[in-house]
Amino acid sequence: MSVRVGVVVFPGTNCEHDTLAALERAGATATLVWHSEERLEGLDAVVLPGGFAHGDYLRPGALARFSPVMGVVARFAAAGGPVLGICNGFQVLTEAGLLPGALVKNRGLRFLCAPARLRVTSARSVLTCDVEEGTELEIPVNHFSGSYVCDARTLAELRDAERVVLRYVENPNGSIDDIAGVTNAQGNVVGLMPHPERASHALLGSTDGMPLLRALVRAAAGVHAA
Amino acid sequence: MSVPASVEEPQPEALTRTEPQPQPQALTRPEPQPQALTRPQAQPQSQGLQHDPQLLHRSLGLTDEELGRIVRILGRHPNELELALYGVMWSEHCSYKSSRLHLRRLPTTGDRVLVGPGENAAVIDAGDGIAVAIRIESHNHPSAIEPHQGAATGVGGILRDIFAMGARPLAVMDPLFFGPLDDARQRWLVEGVVSGVSSYGNSVGVPTVGGELTFDPCYGGNPLVNVLCIGALPVERLVLGRASGTGNLAVLLGATTGRDGIGGVSVLASAGFGGGGEGGGGEGGGHDAKRPNVQVGDPFEEKRLIEACLALLDAGLVVGIQDLGGAGLACATSEIAARGGVGMDIDVSAVPRREPGMAAWEVMTSESQERMLAIVTPETWPAVEELCRRWEVRASVIGTVTDDAPHDVLEAATQGSGPFKISGRLRIREGDVVVGDVPASSLADDAPMYDRPIRAPAGLVKHRADDPTASEGRGDCAADLLAMLRDPSWIYRQYDHQLFLNTVVGPGGDAALLRLAGPGVPPSERGVAVTTDSAPRWCAIDPRMGVALVLAEAIANLACVGAVPAAVVDCLNFGNPEHPEVMWQLSETVDGLADACRALELPVIGGNVSLYNESTGEDILPTPVLGVVGLVERLRHRPPPVALPEGSSVVLLGSRRAAGDRPYPLGGSRWAVECRGRRHGVLPTLDYEAHLRLTGFVGSLVAGTVAGGETAVERDRPLDRLLDGVHDVSGGGLAVALAEMALAGGVGCHVAGVQGHKELFTELPSRILLTTTRSDELCSRAAASGVPAEVIGVAGGDRFFVDELVDISIVELARAWEGSLATRMTTRLERA
Repeated sequence: MSVRVGVVVFPGTNCEHDTLAALERAGATATLVWHSEERLEGLDAVVLPGGFAHGDYLRPGALARFSPVMGVVARFAAAGGPVLGICNGFQVLTEAGLLPGALVKNRGLRFLCAPARLRVTSARSVLTCDVEEGTELEIPVNHFSGSYVCDARTLAELRDAERVVLRYVENPNGSIDDIAGVTNAQGNVVGLMPHPERASHALLGSTDGMPLLRALVRAAAGVHAA
Repeated sequence: MSVPASVEEPQPEALTRTEPQPQPQALTRPEPQPQALTRPQAQPQSQGLQHDPQLLHRSLGLTDEELGRIVRILGRHPNELELALYGVMWSEHCSYKSSRLHLRRLPTTGDRVLVGPGENAAVIDAGDGIAVAIRIESHNHPSAIEPHQGAATGVGGILRDIFAMGARPLAVMDPLFFGPLDDARQRWLVEGVVSGVSSYGNSVGVPTVGGELTFDPCYGGNPLVNVLCIGALPVERLVLGRASGTGNLAVLLGATTGRDGIGGVSVLASAGFGGGGEGGGGEGGGHDAKRPNVQVGDPFEEKRLIEACLALLDAGLVVGIQDLGGAGLACATSEIAARGGVGMDIDVSAVPRREPGMAAWEVMTSESQERMLAIVTPETWPAVEELCRRWEVRASVIGTVTDDAPHDVLEAATQGSGPFKISGRLRIREGDVVVGDVPASSLADDAPMYDRPIRAPAGLVKHRADDPTASEGRGDCAADLLAMLRDPSWIYRQYDHQLFLNTVVGPGGDAALLRLAGPGVPPSERGVAVTTDSAPRWCAIDPRMGVALVLAEAIANLACVGAVPAAVVDCLNFGNPEHPEVMWQLSETVDGLADACRALELPVIGGNVSLYNESTGEDILPTPVLGVVGLVERLRHRPPPVALPEGSSVVLLGSRRAAGDRPYPLGGSRWAVECRGRRHGVLPTLDYEAHLRLTGFVGSLVAGTVAGGETAVERDRPLDRLLDGVHDVSGGGLAVALAEMALAGGVGCHVAGVQGHKELFTELPSRILLTTTRSDELCSRAAASGVPAEVIGVAGGDRFFVDELVDISIVELARAWEGSLATRMTTRLERA
């Protein structure tokens, strides 16, 4: 039985179809989950895709964290279920307290859509578990508020526990410690600003997002087996 | 215009139902008192248009003659509301009254055309059950006044035109024109326009995949912000902006209605700017006063509106749908009724407002953004409401479709005194009271059509004789080249250009190349390519030849990504039509475009005319912008890049010299205009046959590369690796084309045999650069197709070297390229 991944759609989300297609390329059966859902039955993993949930009003993710689906996403995560937040999804996860830190406006105060070189700096997460540390990947970023910040103590914790899973080779947005993606203490909740689904097909110029998405699907299969 | 048979009329049952319908009370009230309409003195007190009644029409942008025409149509004097409706609908922007006469000369039909000009957007058949909708618009004057909101609402408006056809908007392109950047106001405009496109387009979830950037002093007081959008749909979802079915409901979807944007089309878009726009960062007097006429956009509202409307169409819940753009409800209700040949009853009190105390005329002419008008049957209304609730989109019944003909007009027509077409009546009520009653088509279709005086500019002959080709000396070719390099990535890095995973070639390429795919679009391996092109410096010299050369360039751009051109849309940006020289430019442009389209067998399926682009009496250069859409049969691989791979040969395809005494014409070239300040002379001519041979040859070579092989084994790798790189030669000539290829890959070249600065910088059309490691094969295949081809150099090294003309390092080239835009626009914060 194939792995079933739910892709959460808030009003204003716009990467749901892209993410769904890339997950299917990675071997999953993906379905869209409307933000008012309060049950996640039969899902092996949940992805919060990119976009502008609730218009990014107030600040990115600040309203989305109150959508009904977030309660069940939190319980799913607490139970060890793999949860991935991409871009706006990462912002939502930090606002919801499922990941530490916050994402603030880019250095330079401009939107940035460009390819970014990333380095896998920890394999201790559901997103990077199949990728060797030190591997370089080219995956586009597409954000206005992508500069990761956290306090010194959190940063030390993240570093010590090898929870910074992806770093920029050339920092495009001013993120502290070049952080592009982090995970929670258990490694089952991951957020990253780059869009792996945009590097999922040779026609798009890069397939470097696929090892990450395949790792997520495989991790979800483990949950499934359990 | 042809409409596929699958667009069905509403079911007859819907028309004969008699059970109570969920209409607002106001709509079922008894007939109003006609006195209110026949006595012009009995103006509703609350209207709030405080002007001398005798001169009101003038303040609404109507002439005395136009008022006379309205009185003849109605058989009485219009009241204030009605006058306001005619004011916006008969504006230049909505009625094309100065240009319609000329636009008729454009060819508009073709095998692939499903919907031509006149609807919300044009639609072509792309094969495999997929249709492509396309439209181009301008948002020039709003952007001149409030660049962020002006540009943002330009994007919002064109998206609505696309999804009104049932198409999912898939990509936007933005041709932009500003004054030189050494003026602080221009930097403010660029910053604002780019941030407007970025914030709205990114957030609403439609990628911006390309555009154009032109600087010329003529745009200093009147920048141009054009926007093109394409969308895709399953052919059977195609829907038209026409109302039908008596008793059907007119449903207003989306945002509330406020006072923003009132008079946008008339006072703002259809008049020039008087006061200057000079001064650092601020704005001039002419602009300030018009600021309240600019609308304000909300991309989140639009995103939900797109999803709700496409879901309504998918569920078959909509009979007809129309966007609310310029002239708001006045335009939407009259157009949708006129196209359908029906009447409409609208109750302005049922329109959700965002502020109290709005008069009926304000509600009808408000240009509040993010609204759509849908015609639905009473039976489906509950389902419509339910679906809209899910997407958090407001839906309000504001009227009904009627079969009423306007009686007084009918009478006039039967007596033979009325020259006007009879259509349904547009009756506007405010609760019980009828506040306006006019024939719908008189607003939409009966605007006057002007045959404005045309005069070739004085000095035309003298200007043509002032040609720079022979008289300008060579100078420093390297310095001239560096001055012309411009890296637009500072702009497009601010646009999401990748959403939907369709962007195979994005901004910075010759043309955008997209997979023809998207949510709800039938699966296929097809691709669609789009380019926007313009060359005001050519059109200023000779609008007729200029626009033909622009079309030729667009087709060459499409060939570079392997696409076969399918259709053209045009955005005709000109100055004040009351200047006979401007009308001459417009007329010449239309003729030039019509001739070129016929020669190249392309229809013009839609367009937009933007007039009164002037500031302090100075008209802009004639600026027709062409959008050309092309199709790719099978898109499995990326086309050859704009690049000079180390060690490959550089091959120039096409004729290297023009016939006659000017083999390397420089009139109208970027070199002459930008480097030498020479704006006059004679343009190169175009050999249509040779151009078609060239673009056909390159187009099919590239198409072979992107298609890959037939068999499963071959499918994963391109069959034909003959080409390593491709780029068309256009603005700045061979020099800029080669430099752009060198910059893309950071690899230099050694080119020999170029005949002086004239061949280096001429913009002679019909030339394309290719790089290959198999130049003999390429040249012989070109010869067999009747296309001249010559190896002019070899790629490699870290210097850009053209024998006896240019010798500079790639580093120096890159510095000029990157510095031209980014350095001037970048904030100190970013440099830190």
